[in-house]
Amino acid sequence: MSGRVGIVVFPGSNCERDCRRALESLGAQTTFVWHKEVALPDVDIVVLPGGFAHGDYLRTGAIARFSPVMSAVRDHADAGGLVIGICNGFQILCEAGLLPGALRKNSGLKFICRWVGLSVDNNQSPFTARAIPGQRLRIPINHFEGSWHCDSDELERVRANGQVVLRYTANPNGALDDVAGLTNARGNVFGLMPHPERACEPSSGSQDGAVILESMLESVPTREHAHL
Amino acid sequence: MSLASTLHRELGLTDDELTAIRQRLGRDPAFTELAVFSVMWSEHCSYKSSRLHLANLPTQGENVVVGPGEGAGVVEVAPGVRVAWKIESHNHPSFVEPVNGAATGVGGIVRDILSMGARPIALMDSLRFGLPGRGRTDFLVEGVVDGISSYGNAIGVPTVGGETIFDECYAHNPLVNVVCLGVVEHSLQHGRAEGPGNALVLIGSSTGRDGIGGASVLASSGFDAEAADKRPSVQVGDPFAEKLVIEACLELIRADLLAGFQDLGAGGICCPASEMTSKAGTGAVVDVDRVPRREPGMAPFEVMISESQERMLAVVEPSKLDAVLAVCRRWDLGAEVIGEVTASGRLQVVSGGEVVADIPSTALTDDAPFLDRPRRRPELADELGPAPAPEPPADLEAAFLAMLSLPGIASRRWVWEQYDHMIGLGTLQGPGADAAVIRLPDSEVAVAITVDGPGRFCRLDPYEGACLAVAEAARNVACTGARPVAVTNCLNFGNPEEPEVMWAFTEVVRGIADACSAFGAPVTGGNVSFYNETEGRPIHPTPVIGMLGVLDSVEAQVGIGFRAEGDAILLVGATDELDLGGSELAALGGGAPSGRPPRLDLAVERNLHLLLGRVSAEHLLRSAHDLSSGGLAVALAEAAFAGHLGFSVELPPGEAWRVLFSESPSRAVVSCARPDVAQLTLAARDHGVPIRLLGAVGGESLEFGAFGVSLERALSRWDSAFAESLSSKVG
Amino acid sequence: MTFGAVVDVMLKPGIADPQGQTVERALPALGFTGVEDVRVGKRIELTVDAGTPEEARELVGEMCDRFLANPVIESYNVTVL
Repeated sequence: MSGRVGIVVFPGSNCERDCRRALESLGAQTTFVWHKEVALPDVDIVVLPGGFAHGDYLRTGAIARFSPVMSAVRDHADAGGLVIGICNGFQILCEAGLLPGALRKNSGLKFICRWVGLSVDNNQSPFTARAIPGQRLRIPINHFEGSWHCDSDELERVRANGQVVLRYTANPNGALDDVAGLTNARGNVFGLMPHPERACEPSSGSQDGAVILESMLESVPTREHAHL
Repeated sequence: MSLASTLHRELGLTDDELTAIRQRLGRDPAFTELAVFSVMWSEHCSYKSSRLHLANLPTQGENVVVGPGEGAGVVEVAPGVRVAWKIESHNHPSFVEPVNGAATGVGGIVRDILSMGARPIALMDSLRFGLPGRGRTDFLVEGVVDGISSYGNAIGVPTVGGETIFDECYAHNPLVNVVCLGVVEHSLQHGRAEGPGNALVLIGSSTGRDGIGGASVLASSGFDAEAADKRPSVQVGDPFAEKLVIEACLELIRADLLAGFQDLGAGGICCPASEMTSKAGTGAVVDVDRVPRREPGMAPFEVMISESQERMLAVVEPSKLDAVLAVCRRWDLGAEVIGEVTASGRLQVVSGGEVVADIPSTALTDDAPFLDRPRRRPELADELGPAPAPEPPADLEAAFLAMLSLPGIASRRWVWEQYDHMIGLGTLQGPGADAAVIRLPDSEVAVAITVDGPGRFCRLDPYEGACLAVAEAARNVACTGARPVAVTNCLNFGNPEEPEVMWAFTEVVRGIADACSAFGAPVTGGNVSFYNETEGRPIHPTPVIGMLGVLDSVEAQVGIGFRAEGDAILLVGATDELDLGGSELAALGGGAPSGRPPRLDLAVERNLHLLLGRVSAEHLLRSAHDLSSGGLAVALAEAAFAGHLGFSVELPPGEAWRVLFSESPSRAVVSCARPDVAQLTLAARDHGVPIRLLGAVGGESLEFGAFGVSLERALSRWDSAFAESLSSKVG
Repeated sequence: MTFGAVVDVMLKPGIADPQGQTVERALPALGFTGVEDVRVGKRIELTVDAGTPEEARELVGEMCDRFLANPVIESYNVTVL
């Protein structure tokens, strides 16, 4: 498999190197994309990694969504390209309106760094195609504001469309409907609070994160002479 | 310029120091100069009470690239692979405002590591508070953990372990000691201002009135009722700015744009300006009008001593200046030329075109006065006999469960789940392990680090207590299979003007020196924090020891948890049943610590480390866990909890309660596959280490012979006790 | 002209507020009883150039709609000084 992946780096992003390491261990070619770029390089997949873009000031993701690169990310998504937002990336996608809802402070009002159980509630998405329906995954979360929320009308739409891809088996943060990760209506933009890049290697303790990342890479048609 | 005769005293300078200043300058000091001297000659910046004695610590070693005296110590852990690390304290600010006090403590030590050209990759913290559920303690615990969490997580550096200890003596003087480890990525940087004509560039956040009279003056006096009024002086941290500083500066270093580099902390701009020039034999002109400010109307002295956070000082050749400013601009990071290096040997401060301070650099650093303060051995020391026997517990099971629930022994999950301990994908063993094991980025080299303090032992016998602390740290590292190679120490004490405190300080330094020499682990740097006392009541002498170890291979690492049913459990090391002085069991019974601390034989301890190193390299061990607080009973339980496997053991001969809870040092509980028992036993004999087969891993209960408890029941007590000990109104 | 403005950003009614609940639970322990309905929000102070107070209010409102408040979960109130 060879997907070309662009990992956006905002000032305050932290997890871009971990994402690169995980994706390259799965055979992807990656490149970092600075937030001030107005155009994306030629990539199949865009990753918005975890961290504290712009310090999470005002609200997490509120400032990052206005970074120059985000209009190119939006164009990529509108054209059907794959976008995955991990943790802070998920928060940015919600603020940018590329995903429904908003991420709020954990109900326990404490930062949580912990392994959690997830169930794959939709394996028809490009991000979970490798999973069997209802498969259980063990992947770490690492956040203070990971509680997904939206209004009741939106929730009905989201559920009806099958947009909820991952749910917590034991809700750690009060997220509505136990939502850990969901896609947009079209299914090509995916946001999740857990960090799949932290569960890709044997030394991590679980390689369940690879289920998500490999699904994503495999859903991209193979290119010839893939180079960046 | 004539001064009010008491002004120097208001700044914390003694009359003798004023005389010394006049002598160094050859005239009366101007006001700005007086302010600069007051911070640079403060205890926190000048180490005047400790310098003389710290010179007795062993600092040389074949792995040591940079020893004490720079931003951080640097150790070569594998050919061409160098790590920078150090411990630092931020005690007094954490009592006044725990969130920002702890946060800025993290920020400060991270910048020290960065100043050596290293990318910070791990943090650990050693925290000490009063007893939970009382007074201000819960508020401080919440705040300090919140501060470390919010800062460390935001800058993307994992907090991989530490210790959280409770003792009444810290109730009004919490200790927050933070260790940071980094990897030198490209080139080692030095805090030297070479090359007259080179620019001095201030990088990072703008300068406000943070900490004026803060760390330096605050850390040079104990607390009294006015402490609350010191709040406006406390520095506020901005982890986002710190992250930008880290990334931008590493980029500057990769591009070979820096000729000298140092962080700003206590003492503000004065500190790097004087230290960097002293080391290079040069001087500097600093124009305070060019320093970007956050507040209007700041006087020159305020600009010079402000402790605003997230700032670094770089020495840059003129031909590279544009490139440096361009990199900082790209990161939206402030960068201003605030002065230049000269050949004068003097630090000159200019404001409005006029020189407002002109001081020989070395007068602020190497020529600062240092003291040989009087010492007196307290009478208590001569009265120490063997520990009086605590009451034998009537119900062993109840005592065991009570011990598991002690906030100093119970699981600290409540604390470390608030820390990102996974970022970087290098944490092979994290919180809960004997020592954190970290694989260096893009490398197969792994190191182990731990931070340990002595508990109550140092109050009883500072020398023994210090040796025990170093021994425990080395043992923790050795239990992971790593070889101890270096030490960083944070020495937390009361008022050095008290002869008994000063005596304890020198005894502690003597103990650290002897133990470090015995283990072949020199001191590469550290920190001293005095004046940890309130209304004349000092804390216990508290040396906190950071120990660094090197693993020969990632595969050789060993964890604390039992791994497989049927594995044999063995106790290595000798138990003295009388070693209950200052123990957790004694504390359970109430009353102040008394009696001698456990006896340590440095050679015996060293043999244990060598044995552990050998048998882990030979892959004979399934697990290894050192014995410390709570003795054998707690160590066995912790190994069971970590592996989620029960055990069944037969206790060594002796009174069960003594055998279970004695805190003799130089011991570990190990497990191995049945067939390897013979080989393990032979290896132990080779190294002169006593070894005894205790029993086997298996089942769902902890069977001690004298009593038994279900694994789930014990685990649930141990897991929930810490959160429960904080009063219920706290999250 | 320069106008001072204050923006109060609060969670929309009906949205659970764990911060507010925590504060409410802590007050009795400090001796304050009969306190209910605690909700915690955010206050933003700024100055803005505008011709009239109405124009200032409109400008700040637009800032809130686009940036200062998250319309999914927050509502806001603007006061021009």
